Amino acid sequence: MKIVRALVVICIFLTAAGCLLSADADALEVNRTVLPNGLTVLQVERHNLPIVMVTLLVKASPLDEPPDKAGLANLTAELLTEGTGKRSATDISGEIEFIGASLAASADGDYTLVSLSVLKKDIEKGFDILSDIVLNPTFPEMEISRNRELIKGSLRQSEEEPSFVASKAFKKAVYGDLPYGRLVAGSVETLDAIQRKDILKFHSECYRPNNSFLSVVGDLTPDEMNSLLNRFFSGWKPAEVPKRPSLLKAEEKRKTILIDKDLTQANIVIGHEGLRRENPDYYAVSVMNYILGGGGFSSRLMQSVRDEMGLAYDIHSFFAPYKAGGFFEVSVQTKNESAGTVIAEIEKQIERMRKEAVSDQELEDAKAYLTGSFPRRLDTNRKIADFLVLIEFYGLGLDYVDRYPSYITSVTKDDVLRVARKYLGTDDPVMVVVGRQAKMTLKKR
Amino acid sequence: MVIAAAVAFLFLAPVRLEAAVREYTLENGLKVLISEDHKVPLATFEIWYRVGSRYERSGETGLSHLLEHMMFKGTSRYGSKVFSKIIQRNGGTDNAMTTKDYTMYFETMASDRIGLAIDLESDRMANLTIDPKETLSERSVVMEERRMRYEDDPQNSLFENLMATALIAHPYRRPVIGWMSDVASLTREELYDHYKEYYSPNNAFIVIVGDVKADEIMEKIKAAFGLMKRRDIGVTPVTREPGQKGEKRFVLRKEAELPYLMMAFHTPAFPHEDSAALDVLSTILSGGKSSRLYRSLVYDRKIALNAGADYSGMYIDPFFFFVWGTPAPGKDAAELEKGLSEEIGMIKDTPPSEKEVQKAKNQIEASFIFGQDSLYMQAMKIGTFEVLGSWKLMGTYLEGIRKVTPGDVQRVAKKYLTAENETVGTLIPAKNSQ
Repeated sequence: MKIVRALVVICIFLTAAGCLLSADADALEVNRTVLPNGLTVLQVERHNLPIVMVTLLVKASPLDEPPDKAGLANLTAELLTEGTGKRSATDISGEIEFIGASLAASADGDYTLVSLSVLKKDIEKGFDILSDIVLNPTFPEMEISRNRELIKGSLRQSEEEPSFVASKAFKKAVYGDLPYGRLVAGSVETLDAIQRKDILKFHSECYRPNNSFLSVVGDLTPDEMNSLLNRFFSGWKPAEVPKRPSLLKAEEKRKTILIDKDLTQANIVIGHEGLRRENPDYYAVSVMNYILGGGGFSSRLMQSVRDEMGLAYDIHSFFAPYKAGGFFEVSVQTKNESAGTVIAEIEKQIERMRKEAVSDQELEDAKAYLTGSFPRRLDTNRKIADFLVLIEFYGLGLDYVDRYPSYITSVTKDDVLRVARKYLGTDDPVMVVVGRQAKMTLKKR
Repeated sequence: MVIAAAVAFLFLAPVRLEAAVREYTLENGLKVLISEDHKVPLATFEIWYRVGSRYERSGETGLSHLLEHMMFKGTSRYGSKVFSKIIQRNGGTDNAMTTKDYTMYFETMASDRIGLAIDLESDRMANLTIDPKETLSERSVVMEERRMRYEDDPQNSLFENLMATALIAHPYRRPVIGWMSDVASLTREELYDHYKEYYSPNNAFIVIVGDVKADEIMEKIKAAFGLMKRRDIGVTPVTREPGQKGEKRFVLRKEAELPYLMMAFHTPAFPHEDSAALDVLSTILSGGKSSRLYRSLVYDRKIALNAGADYSGMYIDPFFFFVWGTPAPGKDAAELEKGLSEEIGMIKDTPPSEKEVQKAKNQIEASFIFGQDSLYMQAMKIGTFEVLGSWKLMGTYLEGIRKVTPGDVQRVAKKYLTAENETVGTLIPAKNSQ
């Protein structure tokens, strides 16, 4: 919320990025079942609070939509809560909010997540509505056009955010016409091209039990859950689901994109293609990136650009590990006049990473953080619920929780150097700079 | 969100709540609040200092916030940024925030290592270096932070202007991060004086939530903080805001895509007797898609892209009830303002239904319970209430919410949401030549 942002000033960003998934040293007792209709269900019992957190992951994303109808997955997700066979949009929000619960759906690069947070005493109502919006949405014309306009409006408002403008241009440059290169929300033109029949088709193809994972974490016994699943999810019909690409390869070209805006800061994004989540190098890359720019104040980029040079509030690097191909980026904001200096420093740090082995201390610190921070990644029912569906989506296995530490501790200095050379600073980095160009002296490469 | 943060334990009756927090005070005046929660083997340690921008003088705005940054830049024992490195090496995370009323530092980590946080926090309470060269560099960092959060963010700029317009005398009119020219000239000496004046055990309190044993952790706290000396804290004179006598409005022209509108109405701070009804009012107006502003202005009439309301009552001194929105593309700020005013008028004319009030109460109560899912959120709630007088006010807060009637909601709307009590700021997009 805007107000809070304006009132509270937070000092540091710890963006220990690049480890989207990591696990708990204390093993989770996960009860995994597959219903006859193919829905995979993951449950963790936690009776310490009278709440239940539910996450449904559906393989429905820009990967499954035609490029000229970009935004279809997102619009479909938004419309789930806007009308079903027996409930209007007003009924859904009214009923959910009356019990103090929350229910929302949103699409991302690889999947759509539907999350429900509900008090134990209202669990039946919660499951009833959750199942209703996933199984029986009606996508009324009126709601389609209303939501389409709201999405177009917020796309326009996002153009006010320099970081949004930079990130949009960056992904487009890295991925070209591939699905990851588009905004999940689509564009004005593609949104206008989406018709009700497209949404019905998309929903009918993707929203299937055999294409989804459900996690339930909280104050619920297996018996209670099975009875709820029986009543509310057994009627969900399986069907053949669309085949998804396993690897998307972008044709990269060395590019510099300068966008002129009346801003006091240059918003800089530098990067290129990265790696998929399933790549076995993922763990060595996590360690390497922690040292380069993922480890908050422990990272080299933060140490040099913020702490020593005083040229930025935040600078970090990130490997986004998508299912069919990830990206790597370094992003930073600095006053227009310092843009050139900061870019040179980023290039220098990337080059150093590729040339020299990291120190013993750096390696040990990175490993200690990545393994030691496990429990925090799973310290609430909400985090556990979201974690479980991702474990399933990436096929990591329920014992991933136990195996993760060894993946990290086995990384050597040579591994770090090897993956730095392989995944960093290719000959074709993309650079986007949004800001007052007249105050910078950047040249197109 | 300010409201959500102010809310805590819920369906658990006040009895459980009182028992949940254990309170200790060291001889030097340092208060310690501990809530044992053994669901995960982690703990959050927070130390709150009773200083923020409310205590700053003209010409030195942003001092508390810059000092917060300097708290990470080394002590006589450890060099710059070593603090965070030690915490991270141990799998933890640390951060801090400065607000108008307080400055808070926290660490979350495995509960068997929380002693590290205690040692490090006690060290920087007493032994901060504030190196002159580091000061210059960190000043530039904060100036970059200010550019990012305000200069280049049209909606936050509007908010900053709104505070400076709605308040004419009280220090809440100044931004926590400070005005740019002040930040640019803050000195090592000012920072050191500020540190010496406010960072003492009797001007701070500790909150610990997590998998700890209160008695054991108290031994560690006594060993680390017990020898520090109590210091007299001068009473900072805080100017009282004279009452507003008539509507104020202003326009901000800045590069933006869409207009944006914010209204601020002066309201009393919690635990004033009207606080609970104001909270329920803001939830009725703005708590989700079934709330009035969304239903009417976004959904039915399509005047707004988004609209909201928030009672910010968790402050030491009176603050505001905010109402805001973005006009839908093609609509202008005047139409949106008219729509918002009509909604406010409606609730002043007719009390909300029993069911609407019950829904708002259920939302507030449920958010208390959901908040307990997180150790950090629990600690934040305890601390927020402690700043306002006592963590025990959490119980008072919930009792207050439960008692609110439809008539109360109508009464506070009529009392506070008036034209003479209002300041309206409008962002008008100005497309600069490229």
